[in-house]
Amino acid sequence: MRYEAPTTTKEAASLIAGEKGEAFVLAGGTDLLVRMKTGLSDPDLVVDIKHIPAMQDIKTTDSGTKIGGAVSGSRLNSNKKLKKAWPGVVEATNLIGSDQIQGRATMVGNLCNASPAADSVPAMIAAGAKAVVVGPTKRRTVPVEKIATGPGRTSLAKGEIIESINLPKRTGKSGDAYLRFIPRTEMDIAVVSAGVNLTLEKGLVKTARVCLGAVGPTAVLVQKAAKAIIGSKLDEESLKKMADACSAACNPISDKRGTVEYRTKVAGVLAKRAAKIAFERAGGK
Amino acid sequence: MTHDQSFTNQKFKLVGSRVNRPDGVDKVTGRAKYGADAAAPGQLVALFLRSPHAHAKIKKLDTSRAEKLAGVKAVITSADLPDHTNGAQLDVLENCMARDRVLYDGHAVAAVAAIDRETAKKALKLIKVSYEKLPHVTDVDEAMKSDAPLVRENIFTRGVDPKPTKPSNICKVSTFGHGDIEAGFNEADVIIEKSFKTEQTHQGYIEPHACLASVGPDGNGELWVTTQGHYTYRTVCSALLGMDMAKLKVTSSEIGGGFGGKTHVWIEPIALALSRKANRPVKAVMTRDEVFKASGPTCSTSMDIKIGAKKDGTITAGSAHIRYQDGAFRGQWGQLGAMTAFACYDLKNVQSVGYDVLVNRPKVAAYRAPSAPMAAFGVESTVDLVAKAIGMDPVALRIKNAAKEGTRASYGPTYGPIGIGPTLEAAKNHPHMRAKLKKNQGRGMACGFWFNFGGQTCSDINISADGTVNLTLGTVDVGGSRASMSLICAEELGIPYDQVKANIADTSSLGHNDTTEGSRGTFSSGMATIFAAREAIEEMKERAAQTWDIPVEEVEWVEGEARAVGKKNDNLPPLTLKEIAGRAAATGGPIAGHNEVVADGAGVSFASHICDVEVDPETGGTKIIRYTVIQDAGKAINPDYVEGQFQGGAAQGIGWALNEEYIYGDDGRLQNAGFLDYRIPVCSDLPFIDTEILEIPNPNHPYGIRGVGETSIVPPLAAIGNAVSNAAGVRMTHVPMSPPRILKAIEEAAEA
Repeated sequence: MRYEAPTTTKEAASLIAGEKGEAFVLAGGTDLLVRMKTGLSDPDLVVDIKHIPAMQDIKTTDSGTKIGGAVSGSRLNSNKKLKKAWPGVVEATNLIGSDQIQGRATMVGNLCNASPAADSVPAMIAAGAKAVVVGPTKRRTVPVEKIATGPGRTSLAKGEIIESINLPKRTGKSGDAYLRFIPRTEMDIAVVSAGVNLTLEKGLVKTARVCLGAVGPTAVLVQKAAKAIIGSKLDEESLKKMADACSAACNPISDKRGTVEYRTKVAGVLAKRAAKIAFERAGGK
Repeated sequence: MTHDQSFTNQKFKLVGSRVNRPDGVDKVTGRAKYGADAAAPGQLVALFLRSPHAHAKIKKLDTSRAEKLAGVKAVITSADLPDHTNGAQLDVLENCMARDRVLYDGHAVAAVAAIDRETAKKALKLIKVSYEKLPHVTDVDEAMKSDAPLVRENIFTRGVDPKPTKPSNICKVSTFGHGDIEAGFNEADVIIEKSFKTEQTHQGYIEPHACLASVGPDGNGELWVTTQGHYTYRTVCSALLGMDMAKLKVTSSEIGGGFGGKTHVWIEPIALALSRKANRPVKAVMTRDEVFKASGPTCSTSMDIKIGAKKDGTITAGSAHIRYQDGAFRGQWGQLGAMTAFACYDLKNVQSVGYDVLVNRPKVAAYRAPSAPMAAFGVESTVDLVAKAIGMDPVALRIKNAAKEGTRASYGPTYGPIGIGPTLEAAKNHPHMRAKLKKNQGRGMACGFWFNFGGQTCSDINISADGTVNLTLGTVDVGGSRASMSLICAEELGIPYDQVKANIADTSSLGHNDTTEGSRGTFSSGMATIFAAREAIEEMKERAAQTWDIPVEEVEWVEGEARAVGKKNDNLPPLTLKEIAGRAAATGGPIAGHNEVVADGAGVSFASHICDVEVDPETGGTKIIRYTVIQDAGKAINPDYVEGQFQGGAAQGIGWALNEEYIYGDDGRLQNAGFLDYRIPVCSDLPFIDTEILEIPNPNHPYGIRGVGETSIVPPLAAIGNAVSNAAGVRMTHVPMSPPRILKAIEEAAEA
C-alpha cells in the first residue's frame, strides 16, 4: 500500500486518477481505517488530504460559508458564527461517533462514505449545501443531494475529490435542525433521521427544505413535506400533513437496526420535532 | 488443623471499610497485563478459519497450500487433535474445532500459526473447504418441532419416560416442584397465564479471549491466559491434549471482564496444539467478531408461566414451562431456569419444567446467574399481572408470598435464614417507591434469586522478615477480591491493610482452586484466607512461646501481637508480628499459614430492584430515570465493591432488557457481531444506580459472607419490563424491549 500526502487538491486528484489499483482518500479516516482493519478494504493507494490548505479552511464570504473537506467535527463545533448560522448542520456532524472521533471525522468524509444513515447529510441537503468537486482537469459545483447514488456509491468519477462544502448565506429569520433516532443516547447509527431548514416571513414559513435519512438507499429530500409547512405557523394540521408526506416518501428496508414500519412511522415524528426546533430557532412563535 | 466455619458475629476493625483495590493503580495507568499483553521470544501469531454457514457438512478440507506458504509454522484441523470420540471431553474439543460438521456460523474449522499476522491471514485464504449446506434452526421453539432440522444426530432426550428411540434437538427435560398444581389452580380466584420470550445476549466483556501458549518437545507447557479459572483451564486443556496436569503451568492474566464467559475454553487448547506442533510459542487473540460468534453467550428463551392466586393475595399455584436453547452443544441452562423460576416464593403447589434445546448457534456458556434472569422475567411479570388482577400492591403481594427460613424451595431444599423478605420490606420502605412520576413514566419492581457456590479453595500466607505479608490466592480476581482478601487477612492478623500484598498464584504454585464463578470468590477464598491466617497465628504463638520459654497455652494473639497471659508473665512485653517475623530464622524458619477447604454452605442470595422509566410513545424509545438495587450480602467485606457488583449487574440487565440481542438472518448467520449493532449501554444511557446493602449473615461462614456477584442481574429484565409496561400502558412480553417492539405494542394496543 502506498501512502501519499499531497498539498494541492489537483495533485491529490491526479494521484487517484492515475492509480490502477484501488485508491482511497484519507480525510479523518474514521470510516476508511475501520474498513481496512476489518478487512473490508485493502487499498493500493491512500491519499491523505489533510495537508492541503484549502481542505482545512472555514471561510465566510458574501455568498455563504465554505467548509474544507478535511475540517473536523470538533472544528465546526468551535466555530461560533457557523453554529449560529447553521446549528442543525453542526449538530448533525457532531452526532457522529465519540469526542475522539469528532477530532478526526469530516462532513465530506461522511458524505462520500455514502451511508444512507450518515448524520451530516440530511442536514446538509436540507440546508441546500453544494459540494465543490475537483478533478485532475476541472472543477464543478454539485448540490449535495446529487453526490450519493446508493449505499457506498457516489456520482464522483475516479479522481474526483470534494474540496469543500458551501453553505448558502443566511438571510432574515431562518433556522435549521437535525434529529436522529438511536436506541441509545450516543455512539450509535441513525435508525431514521430528519433534517429541516426553513425561513420565516411575517411569522409564517416562507421557504423550507425537509430531508430524511436511513429511509432509503440515499437521503431523501421530501418536497411535499416542505410544501405542507410553507405558509403555515406549524399548526398541528400542517405538521401532520408534513409528517404524512415524510412517511409516504420513505422507502426503507427492515434490518438489524429497525423495521420498515418503524422507520416509516418515526420519520414523520422526527420531521415534526425537527421542524418545531428549526421554527423556534428562526424566531417563530 | 480443622477450622469451624460457623458464623461467630466477630467484631471487625477493618472488614466493612472502604479501601482502594491493590490492582487499581496498575489498571488505571495501563501497567496491568491482560491476556494479550504477554510476549515470548519467537512467538507466532495464530488465526482461525471459521465457518460461514450455520450448519454444513465439511466435505473436503485441504490445508496443503497454506502449509507450504513461507512463514507458516503449523496448521491444525480436527485431524491433528487427539480423538475423543465417545469421551467425556468430546463436545468441548468439537466446539473448539469442528470435526465433520460445522454447527454454527463462526465454528472453527482450522487454525494456523505463522510468523506474523499478514502471513497468517494469507494462509487462511489458502485453506480450501468445501461445504455441503444442511438445513439449520436458530429459534428455540422451531427447534423443538418434530420436523425441525436435527442439530446433532446422536442426541436422545434425557429426563423423559419411556426413553426415546428417535434423536431430538431436545437434549434434556428437567422437572422441579412439589404439591398438586391442578388442585392449587382450582383454589385460585384469579389465574394469569402468559407467554414470554427473551433474546440471546452476550456477557459483553471488554477484553476478548487471548492467550500465549508454549509447549516444548519435553511435554512441558505454559499458558498465559485471560480466564476466570486457570485451574479449570489446566484440567480441561491437559485432558484434551493428553498432557500431564502438573506439566502444564497456567497463569491467569488480569481479566477485562468474564461474567461467566471465561469459564470455558475456546481458542486456548488450539493455541497449545499449534505451539506443540510448531515447537514455538503461539499467541492467539480473538477479534470482537469472533468473540460474538464463537465464545459462549447466554440462551435465548421462550416460556409459558401460569400463576393462580386468591383475592387476598395468597398464591395457590405456579407453573412454568421453560424452553432454553443451549447452542449446538448440550447444557443445563433450561434446567437452571426451571430451578430458579419460583425460588423467591413460599408456594404450596409449584411445578417448573425446563427444556434444554439444541440450535445452530454458539455453545451457551454461563452469564452471571446463568438462566435466572429470563425465568425471573416470566415469573415476575406474571406476578405483577396477578397483583393488577386482584387489585393488590405488587410489593405487598410479593411480601405475602415471600419464602422465609424453613420454606421448602421450589427446587427442593429447605431454606435457612434468607433475605428475600427483608429486601422486599426495604423496597416497600424505600423513598424511591414514593417518588412522583411524570407523564409517560412508569415504575416497576421485581425480585430475584441465585444459588451461590463454594467449592474447592486453598490459600497460602507467607510472612516476610519485615512483617509484610504475602497472601497467595488461587481464585482469579474478577471483581476486586484481592482487596477483600487483603482486608480479611489484615483483620485476622491484626495488621494494617497495606501491609498485605495479595497475589494470584499460577497453577504450579498453589493447589487447585475452582473457577471464580457462582459468586464463590469472597465466600470460599475468604474462608480459606481466614483459616490460613489463623494457622499463621498459631505458628507465631508457638514462636513467641519459644522465645519466652513458656507454654504456648499462655500466649494469646491480640491486635497483631503475641501477648503472654497470666500474672507470672507480667514482665514479658508483647511481641509484634514484625518482631516475630524478624526472628523467624532463629526460631524455626519462615512463618506461613496454609488452608485447603471445600467451602460448603454458600448461602442463597436474594435481591429486589425498583426501576422508573420514561417511554416516548411516538418512538418507543425508553430512558431509565431512576434505579435502586437492594440485596443481601451476608456481610459486605468491602462495601464499595459490593455496591459495584450490585450496579454492574443492574447495568448489564438494563442493556439486556432494552437493546442487547443476537440477530440472526434467515441464512442462520449472525448479523450484529460487533459493539455497533449489539448495543450494550453506554455511560449516558444509565442513571446513577442507587444501592442498599442488607446483611443477613450466612450461618455457614465465619464472617457471614454470601456471594454478591450474580444476583444483581436477575431482577432487571422483570423490573424494567414491569416499569415499561406501566409507562407504555401495554404489557411487554419480549426482551429486549427495543424501540420497534415497544412502538408496535403501543400501536397494537391502540388498535385493539
